[in-house]
Amino acid sequence: MTLRRPYHLSLVAVCAALALSGCGGSDAGSGEEADDGPAFTLYSGRDEELVRPLIDQYAEEAGVEIEVRYGDSAEMAAQLLEEGDGTPADVFYSQEVGAVGALAKADLLGSLPQEVVDRADERFRPAEGTDWVGVTGRSRVIVYNPDLVETPPTGVLDLTDPAYRGQVAWVPGNAGFQAFMTGFRVSQGEDAAAAWLEEMQANDATVYEGNSEVLEAVEAGDQPIGLINHYYWARTAPEVGGVEEMASELVFPAGDDPGGLVNATAVGVTPQGADNAEAQAFVEYLLSEEGQQYFVEETYEYPVVDGVADPEGVPALDELEGPQLDLSDLDSLQETQALLTEAGLLS
Amino acid sequence: MLSLVTLVVTGLALVPLGYLLVRATERGWDGVAATLWRPRTLTLVLRSVELAGTVTLLCLVLGLGLALLVTRTDLPGRRVLRVALALPLALPSYVAAWSWIGVAPDVAGRLGSVVVLTTISYPYVYLPALAALRRCDPALEDVARGLGTRPAGVLWRVTLPQLRPAAAGGGLLVGLYVLSDFGAVATMRHEVLTTSIFRSYRASFDRTPAAVLGCVLALLALLVVAVEGRSRRRVAKVGGGAVRPQRVLPLGRGRWWASLVPVAVLVAALGVPAYGMGRWLVRGTSAADPAQLVAALGNTALVAALGALVVVALAFPLAWLAARHPSGLSAAGIGAAYAGHALPGVVVGLALVFFGVRVTPGLYQELPLLVAAYAVLFLSLGLAAIIASVATVAPGLEDVARSLGRSRAGVWRDVVLPLTAPGAGAAATLVFLTIMKELPATLFLRPTGFDTLATRLWGHVSAASYAAAAPYAVVIVLAAAVPTAMLATGRREVAT
Repeated sequence: MTLRRPYHLSLVAVCAALALSGCGGSDAGSGEEADDGPAFTLYSGRDEELVRPLIDQYAEEAGVEIEVRYGDSAEMAAQLLEEGDGTPADVFYSQEVGAVGALAKADLLGSLPQEVVDRADERFRPAEGTDWVGVTGRSRVIVYNPDLVETPPTGVLDLTDPAYRGQVAWVPGNAGFQAFMTGFRVSQGEDAAAAWLEEMQANDATVYEGNSEVLEAVEAGDQPIGLINHYYWARTAPEVGGVEEMASELVFPAGDDPGGLVNATAVGVTPQGADNAEAQAFVEYLLSEEGQQYFVEETYEYPVVDGVADPEGVPALDELEGPQLDLSDLDSLQETQALLTEAGLLS
Repeated sequence: MLSLVTLVVTGLALVPLGYLLVRATERGWDGVAATLWRPRTLTLVLRSVELAGTVTLLCLVLGLGLALLVTRTDLPGRRVLRVALALPLALPSYVAAWSWIGVAPDVAGRLGSVVVLTTISYPYVYLPALAALRRCDPALEDVARGLGTRPAGVLWRVTLPQLRPAAAGGGLLVGLYVLSDFGAVATMRHEVLTTSIFRSYRASFDRTPAAVLGCVLALLALLVVAVEGRSRRRVAKVGGGAVRPQRVLPLGRGRWWASLVPVAVLVAALGVPAYGMGRWLVRGTSAADPAQLVAALGNTALVAALGALVVVALAFPLAWLAARHPSGLSAAGIGAAYAGHALPGVVVGLALVFFGVRVTPGLYQELPLLVAAYAVLFLSLGLAAIIASVATVAPGLEDVARSLGRSRAGVWRDVVLPLTAPGAGAAATLVFLTIMKELPATLFLRPTGFDTLATRLWGHVSAASYAAAAPYAVVIVLAAAVPTAMLATGRREVAT
């Protein structure tokens, strides 16, 4: 009986060696001479690349250590809902109001100081209470590829025109799209919203998974028109070498066209974060002139406080029209989803 | 002792299912019924089943066919092809799907999902088939040939039946993987159960419908396991036999034409993603930070190695018990493990968040809980490989060794471990590769600030920094190529 198979056991041994060496290494790596550990833990639903420089800058200025966990806003909200009182998080900075709204509804958020919430423009704060506050604004836009579209639409109401048959890409599963649909329902009425959905489907709108994919498709010429948020376009521009290099162009819907909805990113604190002075100070910093300026320059979003200039290359916030409503009007998300489900766009 | 370990493993594997039941029924049975009786639910179930069935069939054909081509014919370049054909296993489904969408946008939908999922998961069949072909007893084929059977008849009636357990096990893994996959179907915009589950979390923060659909997925998985179990029972046990070089079928002039098949598969499975990542790299101006890349590579190797070790350690007792003392407990453990493989990572991740915060708060967002999540997700990968190798240890061998005066420990050291080592090695490699590309559970459970190649890739892509993302995808594949090549070339001559 010959047994000549050292190789397979060595594979397992290599795994073991890797595991052991890694354990030693990771201990050494994390030893940043943290005297008393991080001042607070931040859950960021916003991308690391976009917000990390700001967080690092603040940590240095304030002389605190911040533990930051990055993820997807909705999935982090789901995680916070599962964690409940046991959460290690003190601050949650979300990509959208819906996620903080869901946490507020589940009673998982503590209060922010009234004067901090009041710094934000009225349209970017909750109608009642101080559970969260908007940090930056973003507008819904229509993106189109001029090579494929002769007469661009002026608003989403145009998109049901047979001229745009089979041309429009949309994202019914996306939170931003659903906020827009909620705005549509609230401003134009339930019947108009249902009719628009039906006509869009009859006009062969194509379902995409996310805004980036839509923009990618329009840029590549696979899709003539798409519905996205303005900053996707604005931040892709430098990646391809500037606004001039972009194949696609934006339409900011005019008048009270529901396609021009202005939405926000938002921040809130957990109950333990509400008692943490460092955590509260960070929220205040996000709404400071310095914090706001950062977002304008780096993410091309609109500031929510007075006295900070709007980003370049896009129309000023004041010039944006869109439906007359504020963000707390957008809390009837359930009804929107029921509508989308009925239309067969959600399951 | 063995039963105790099995009990623990079964308990761990049942965590996601328990969580799903808690969440699904939290609004009473009305909540469950409301989701179940939507006409849309049935459509999604049928689509998921149809996709899993199609991809599994295609993978069986491709996996078995390619394995035969590279081991039993004089195909030019078969040694290189043998390794290269295993590599697509290392590709994350989302990377393959993004690349395909970039190259051929028209494939979006069902066709694209089938193409992407088939090209990355046929190695689940190909690898065990390769191993089984090496183990085949050539004497059986010689006898059949001696009795006047034509080559096609030998292949159909003698060789293929010997591959059946390997094919069934691999097919099972493919089927379950397709049920759980989100990356490919989401990018291809093909709506199935998993896309609906993710959407339910993402858009409504409503966990009930997601949990109900998760239960449906788990049930489907058990159904698939039952079907596979039936196909396995009808196979007679194949003895070891003497192993010597296998007969090679000369293809004559056709050998160059035949080599076009594996080359075409490689172009679709590796060429398209390579082109896609290349395009990202040249198109963008962002760049990956080399220090971050190296750190992420180290972290990935660490968690993948830990996960592979834990899976082998957990799967072995369960497989042993199932092979030697099958019982309700071992069947429950295996069923739960396979059901875990069909659940999307987001569900298993949230289940461990729920469980971790409440039961082991000290370990929450620490490595042990992350590794536990990998164990739940990928236990079935380890089981499939180890069960097959445990079955090759005839109980008589141990008895003989004992009667010859070996101690109990000596029997394990000299008989059992050497015979099961190939299975354990294969299991460790499969799990290692799969953990390298795991994303959703890693995002929930990793220690804060701990990045793997997959989380960095995701971070760059969601920030639209494609050029910075591409190197991470390339490094995942390159790093995975090492163990994959070892698995595909590993010698398995067993002389008994």
